Amino acid sequence: MLNATDILQTLDMLDRQHLDIRTVTMGINLLDCAHPDMDRCAQRVYDKICRKAENLLPVANSIEAELGIPIVNKRISVTPIAMVAQASAGEDLTPIAAAMDRAARSCGVNFIGGFSALVQKGLTDGDRRLIESIPRALAETELVCASVNIGSTKAGINMDAAAALGRVVKRTAELTADRGSIGCAKLVVFCNAVEDNPFMAGAFHGPGEPECAINVGVSGPGVVHTALQDARGKPFDEVAELIKKTAFRITRMGQLVARTASERLGVPFGVVDLSLAPTPAVGDSVARILEEMGLEVCGTHGTTAALALLNDAVKKGGLMASGRVGGLSGAFIPVSEDEGMIAAARSGVLTVDKLEAMTCVCSVGLDMIAVPGDTPAETIAAIIADEAAIGMVNNKTTAVRLIPAAGLGVGDSVDFGGLLGTAPVMPVHRESPAAFIARGGHIPAPIHSLKN
Amino acid sequence: MRAIVSVFSKDRIGIIADVCAVLADMRVNVLDLSQTIMDGLFTMVMLVDTATSDKSFGEIQTALARSGEALALNIRIQREDIFNAMHQI
Repeated sequence: MLNATDILQTLDMLDRQHLDIRTVTMGINLLDCAHPDMDRCAQRVYDKICRKAENLLPVANSIEAELGIPIVNKRISVTPIAMVAQASAGEDLTPIAAAMDRAARSCGVNFIGGFSALVQKGLTDGDRRLIESIPRALAETELVCASVNIGSTKAGINMDAAAALGRVVKRTAELTADRGSIGCAKLVVFCNAVEDNPFMAGAFHGPGEPECAINVGVSGPGVVHTALQDARGKPFDEVAELIKKTAFRITRMGQLVARTASERLGVPFGVVDLSLAPTPAVGDSVARILEEMGLEVCGTHGTTAALALLNDAVKKGGLMASGRVGGLSGAFIPVSEDEGMIAAARSGVLTVDKLEAMTCVCSVGLDMIAVPGDTPAETIAAIIADEAAIGMVNNKTTAVRLIPAAGLGVGDSVDFGGLLGTAPVMPVHRESPAAFIARGGHIPAPIHSLKN
Repeated sequence: MRAIVSVFSKDRIGIIADVCAVLADMRVNVLDLSQTIMDGLFTMVMLVDTATSDKSFGEIQTALARSGEALALNIRIQREDIFNAMHQI
C-alpha cells in the first residue's frame, strides 16, 4: 500500500497549499468553418465549438470529483480567427467573436482564446481586419481572449504591427473604461508564440495542431513555497533539488488528469504545460517563493537570479513527469494575479524595468501590469518592442499584457475580481519613444536564427 | 476501482467501526488501513476496492459525505491514481 505519510502529504497540498490543476483546455481546429458570408462563418464557428466541447465540462467535473483535485478552469482555444475569417466579406470580425462568446457560454467554460493573428513577418488582409476588430470584439464580449504574435526569432519583429498594437491596447482600454479597462486583460501581444498554450489570455490552437487536443496547465506555487520552508539557509543546490522534486509531483498529477480527460473525451492528449501559475490568494504566490529564497521583497537585487533558478528547476522536475511537455512551461509572473507581486509593486520595490529583466529568465513576459491611463500608444508599442526583442534574441516566448487603466494614475489600483486580481498602477518612463515607433518597418531576425 | 478513503476527526471511541459500517453497507471492501493520532487529531487512511459495490463512484462519494456530516467526521474518497501519480514512479 501507499505510505500513509505520502497520502497525508498530498492531502495537505490539496487542503492548505492551493494545489490544483489550473486549466484543462480543449484546442479546436476551426479552419473548416471558413465561409464567404460572415454570419454563416460565425454560425459554423458556434456549431463546431459546441459540438466538440459539449462534454468538456461534465468530464472535467467528474475527474475533479473522483481524484479530489480542483480543476480551476475549463477552457477552449481555437484556430487563429484571422485565418478562419479572412474568406468572409466585411471589415469588422466582431460577429465571429460574438459567436465564440456564445459558444463558450453554451459549453460552460470561463474563457475562449484564439481571436488571434500571427503577423511576425507581415499582415494578410484577414490579419489587418482582425487586429482592427480587437477593441470592439473585446468590449462587446466577456469570455473571448485575443492575441497577436508580432515577432519571432526566425522572422524578426514586425514594428508596424507593434505600433498598431500600441494603439489597439489604448483603444481597448478606452472602450472598456467603465469596467477598469478589463478588455486589455484579455489581450496578449507575443513574440515566439506557442501553438499549444493552454493558458489564457494567450491560448490559441495553432495551424500545426491536430483537429482537436487536450492541453493541461498545472499550478502549485503554494506547494513549492511550503517545501522551501524546510530548506532555509541551505545552499542553492539543495533549493534546486527540492523544487525539482516538487515540480515532478505536481506535473505527474497534471499528466494523470490530461490522460484521463483525453481518454474520456476521445480527444488526443496534447501537452502538459509545466507552469507555476499564481493566484491572488494568500499562499499561492510566485513572488513569495522568491522571497522565501532570502529576498526581503520581490523586485530587489537578486530577484532575477532567484527566478532563473526557480524557472529552470520547475522545467527539469516537470519534464520527466509528463509524456509530452509544451505550452509556455515555466514560472508565471502576472502582477495582478499574484498576492506577493501586488504587495511588492505597491511598495515600489518591484518596477516595470525589473519585471522586464525578470522576463529574460522566466516563462512569459510583462503580464497583467496596470500603467497610467494617459500612457501614450507609442510608449506601449515601445514596451511591446522591448519585450519582443528579449524573446527574439533569446529564442523564447515573451508577451505583453498591459492595462493602461483609463482615468487612473500611479497610486491607484484596478480591481478585476476573481483570478485576474487587483493591479496597482505602476509608473512607466515619461520620455517619449514616439520617433522610434514612427519609423515602422521590420527589425531583422538575429544572426542565430540562421541555424540550417 | 481502488480508492483511498481519508478520515480526520476529533478522537473518540468507534470511529473506525462507524466508517467501516458505512463502507460495508455499500459493499465496499477494505484492503488496508493505517490510523494514528496526529496532534490530537484522529487521522486514518484506508485503501478500499469499490468493484464489489453495486453503487457508482459518485454515489459512494455522496453517501460518504452524508455519513461524514452525520458522524461529525471529515471524510472523503479519492481514486488511488492521484496518490500513485504523485508518489510512485
